[in-house]
Amino acid sequence: MSEVAEIEKQVVKKDREPLFSKKNKKLITDPLNDNNPVTIQVLGICSALAVTVQMEPSVVMCVSVLFVLVSANVLISLIRNLIPNRIRIIVQLVVVAALVIIVDQVLKAYLYDVSKSLSVFVGLIITNCIIMGRLEAFALANKPWAAALDGVGNAIGYAMVLVVVSFFKELFGSGKLFGVEVIGDSIYEMGYMNNGLMLFPPSSLILVAIYIWIQKARNPKLIETH
Amino acid sequence: MDLLKLFIKSAFVDNMIFAFFFGMCSYLAVSKTVKTAFGLGMAVIFVLTVTIPVNYLLENYVLKEGALSWLGAEYAGYDLSFLSFIMFIAVIASIVQLVEMIVERFSPALYGALGIFLPLIAVNCAILGGALFMQQEQYGTTVEATVYGFGSGVGWFIAVVLIAAIREKIRYSNVPAPLRGVGMAFLITGLMGLAFLGFMGFEI
Repeated sequence: MSEVAEIEKQVVKKDREPLFSKKNKKLITDPLNDNNPVTIQVLGICSALAVTVQMEPSVVMCVSVLFVLVSANVLISLIRNLIPNRIRIIVQLVVVAALVIIVDQVLKAYLYDVSKSLSVFVGLIITNCIIMGRLEAFALANKPWAAALDGVGNAIGYAMVLVVVSFFKELFGSGKLFGVEVIGDSIYEMGYMNNGLMLFPPSSLILVAIYIWIQKARNPKLIETH
Repeated sequence: MDLLKLFIKSAFVDNMIFAFFFGMCSYLAVSKTVKTAFGLGMAVIFVLTVTIPVNYLLENYVLKEGALSWLGAEYAGYDLSFLSFIMFIAVIASIVQLVEMIVERFSPALYGALGIFLPLIAVNCAILGGALFMQQEQYGTTVEATVYGFGSGVGWFIAVVLIAAIREKIRYSNVPAPLRGVGMAFLITGLMGLAFLGFMGFEI
């Protein structure tokens, strides 16, 4: 009896793929470069550009998106066979909105200043196209574990762009990183000045454009014909 | 006069695209040709003008602290504003669906022009962003909220048609290969945003 059970166990084990198989690893690494949600798929731009004046709010934003994206992907993937096709967008919106309310209340309770400076952009995670896009394209057709990995990968791909942009904006715009002065007084005395333009919204567009330029120059297969 | 001021402020000074990047995803996706940009722009104006006043009423008679006092004195203490995200997005999604059905029934020509864009709009951050800003700004009357919605829609429309026209022309220029497509669209939007900075602090 026990032998049969053992053999069965082995068979089951064989059918299952390991948690971090090659395919699953690709789910995480793909969105970092070849399929980056911000620069290649062009999703979730609004928040990526608007919250990047300082590093602290953008890191908080990345963590919030990571939480919402992974949980929404897993939840939708769990109930994917129960959702009627016609009303799936509303179901997705309700799930995401509920998760975002949790994030918003937590931020208001523990990080009130950051939540004030993010203002409406926490709410806009609901309509962040990365989340809706991943739910539509991936979670509705895949198992929860794969969906969770996909969520992690895409959130990190999004975070990379945000952190890079906000690093340059805060460094050149106000001479600080995470609110701490990094450019010494001696440099200011030599005549260096902060670039006030970096604090205005259009500069993040230009920084993202440069990011895309560098990324595509290093990875020519991503170049668009037009 | 105040309404005109509010209109100009929401359309130009606080332009949705250039000041807040609302609705950037669909802005970049549809701005390849002027025709589609025009269609989505009109649809955004339409939906914003309808949803902002509805959300305004919802905010002032259901969600805000003390908004439920019309039900009776014992309801005056409730503050449901933590529910606003889910309520706003539900209102937007259902109005978009409703508008789609009404337009389809009564004006097939308009439906032909806007049809494919309407479902996209439910997840356009310009619409939810407009509602959340309306909540933050505390407009005094429904008329003001409507004008704000219409003005923001017009601002979005102007932005998307402008960039579509530029992108149509730039197809014939010699852009560095890695910048082609999205990269160039970002750069152009950035430069247009710098131009729109000129409206900042504009007093009428």
